[in-house]
Amino acid sequence: MHTGIVSPKGVWWVKAPKAERIWVMIAFAWCMVLFAMMPLWHYRGGQNPSGIRHKVDPEAYEARTLEFVEQYRVGEESGIAVVAPPPGSDIYMLGKMWQWIPVLKLQAGVSYTLHLSSSDVNHGFNLFPPNINFQVVPGYDYALRITPNEPGDYKVVCNEFCGIGHHLMLGRIIVEEGPVVAAGGIQ
Amino acid sequence: MNTTVAALAARFRTCPTTGLRVNSTAEHLIRLNAVFAILAMVAGVIAAFGLVLTRWQAVHLLEAVWYYRLLTVHGVSMLIFFIIFFEMAVLYFAGPVLLNSRVPMPKLAWAAFILMAVGAVMVEVQMWTGKADVLFTSYPPLRAHPNYYLGIIFFAVGALVVVGLFFASLVVAKREETYGGSVPLVTYGAIAAAVIAVITLLHGAAIYVPTWTWAMGWTAMPDPQVYRLIWWGLGHSSQQINVAAMVAVWYLLGALTVGAVVLNEKISRAAFFLYVLFISMASAHHLLVDPGFGSGWKIWNTSYAMYLAVLASMIHGFTVPAGIEVGQRLRGFTKGMFEWLRKAPWGDPGFSAMILSIIIFGFIGGITGVTFGTEQINIIAHNTLRVPGHFHATVVAGTALAFMGVTYYVIPLVFQKQVAFWPLARIQPYLFGGGMVLFTMSMTFAGTFGVPRRHYDISFTGAPFDIQYNAAVDLLLGIMGIGGLIAATAVVLYILIAVWSVFFGKPMPQAATAGE
Ligand code: HEM
Ligand SMILES: [Cu+2]
Ligand SMILES: [Cu+2]
Repeated sequence: MHTGIVSPKGVWWVKAPKAERIWVMIAFAWCMVLFAMMPLWHYRGGQNPSGIRHKVDPEAYEARTLEFVEQYRVGEESGIAVVAPPPGSDIYMLGKMWQWIPVLKLQAGVSYTLHLSSSDVNHGFNLFPPNINFQVVPGYDYALRITPNEPGDYKVVCNEFCGIGHHLMLGRIIVEEGPVVAAGGIQ
Repeated sequence: MNTTVAALAARFRTCPTTGLRVNSTAEHLIRLNAVFAILAMVAGVIAAFGLVLTRWQAVHLLEAVWYYRLLTVHGVSMLIFFIIFFEMAVLYFAGPVLLNSRVPMPKLAWAAFILMAVGAVMVEVQMWTGKADVLFTSYPPLRAHPNYYLGIIFFAVGALVVVGLFFASLVVAKREETYGGSVPLVTYGAIAAAVIAVITLLHGAAIYVPTWTWAMGWTAMPDPQVYRLIWWGLGHSSQQINVAAMVAVWYLLGALTVGAVVLNEKISRAAFFLYVLFISMASAHHLLVDPGFGSGWKIWNTSYAMYLAVLASMIHGFTVPAGIEVGQRLRGFTKGMFEWLRKAPWGDPGFSAMILSIIIFGFIGGITGVTFGTEQINIIAHNTLRVPGHFHATVVAGTALAFMGVTYYVIPLVFQKQVAFWPLARIQPYLFGGGMVLFTMSMTFAGTFGVPRRHYDISFTGAPFDIQYNAAVDLLLGIMGIGGLIAATAVVLYILIAVWSVFFGKPMPQAATAGE
């Protein structure tokens, strides 16, 4: 028997004590369970981020968002345009120091494709209150298939540091009663 | 002082015949790296007080700009400078000292240290003067002063040289036959850490050099998503260095405090080897909700890699305490199931720090990390307070606490001084560990309510809309504040004890250092 600061002499590649062998086996089995759960949950769990991802020029993304805003604008709140897009459409949200543009007015039980990107630095999309988080990276369009399942007043916190006004960056998504309310949530 | 410690202490004694110190280069470099680690910790803990008192929403001390500035200072000073300077000392200890050998190319070793010190000072200057308010991740397009990146590059190059010298010292020791048999397990763990360090530092070069040339205006900006990928190749792998170094320090402290034995060299070494194999992949779990990567990539990297690295930690989590039990039984504490535990040296800060480090790392750090390293769960954890809640249980209450514990042995062994304020030293690990439990648990729970990390003001004063967090959040942030203050106070005690012992401490009584 020796400590960890002594050079072991001779052959130390020997069978481990029984208790240790059993523990290694239990630990290994547990790790394999965890490992198996990952693909299993991915294919059966129905909770994956449904990302459709592609590169996009940050300026082009901003232009596309502003076009979308003009098209479906229904009002303004705290200086930010409010947009009510038709059911099933592609909807856009732009992170830009230090605003989420625009305010979205959606319908419960209706599917949309929500695009997220930034025209300056990284931002963090954090939907309050359900606490759903996505990284928003300039140059990448992150499109998520969403179906709001409950009417309500949702907020979008920025939770990636984006400069001195980071903590002022708060957006809004209003979900109104839709035609039929289906269960589901973000898929 | 037990015999193992006395034998080690002898290696730092002045040799009576030649008048030279054994290992004088290694000894000086261990001292200097330890001193710089503690200096970095001073900067880090000053910042920690500011951060805690700001995130505690009821106190909300700082202005926004100073919150973000100190967040940068804290992350860089603690996670990079404190930890890595300390690890350099660990390498000099695990190589030349444990193998009873020498530092090859002492001049190069000194140059490496100076490069690291210069780099660290450059970075600190940029941060404190507000020219690098980019947090330690510095995701472009956020941009700091070029000297910030250059300082990091200097620091990393210096560290890479030290790692190279560590490998060279192994070769020298082997050739000069300064030890018989295989390298000790602690050295083996340090080798694992050093191999990972090479991989890590290469990622570091791959990302900081183009970022620096961009900041100079010479090249285009690195792609923000590619930056995040490679940066986390550095950022996560370096956590694996910390884990390997921490486990090596557990084995070291086990040996020094209670003569803990190695149950089986094969198993413990294989576990270290698993760390080496499966590290870089684990950087993927920082990118689980990023747009740039597909699910297949995320699953493969986070599951496969992580669980075998987890396996390694689970193995050490068994072998270290089991080795302590066997060591204690060999010392005669054989009555019943638990005499070895009851009669353990709970008042020895080296011992208590090790035990607390094992428990908090394993139960709080490990469980939180493995949980939200999953694709789906990450959606509800990414960038919330759950994340700092997790890593303050791993790298802070795990690695930093183990390093504090070993300091109480470095002071008598290397600095040849008695530990000052002994009654304070005895309670310091408990204060730190206890504070960190409160701090990390409350952050983790606050994060489950969606409270963001890196956020100045969750009352959203001045924002276009407002948010009312769950009423429990205020309470949780209060507990976070109290736990954080306790832990930060314990760090101040640690710094005080270490600095006082080293500069004004009583020398070790000759009997103890000379006892063979
Ligand atoms: C003295 C005890 C410590 C306390 C009270 C403390 C407290 C904090 C607080 C309040 C934050 C800010 C969380 C946020 O607002 O997002 C933070 C962040 C952080 N801490 Fe600590 N900390 C301590 C020690 C350490 C140590 C020893 C390390 C590293 C070894 C460390 C590494 C970090 C890192 C990397 C961050 C993240 C910075 C960022 O998000 O950019 N901390 N800490
Ligand atoms: Cu933002
Ligand atoms: Cu932000």
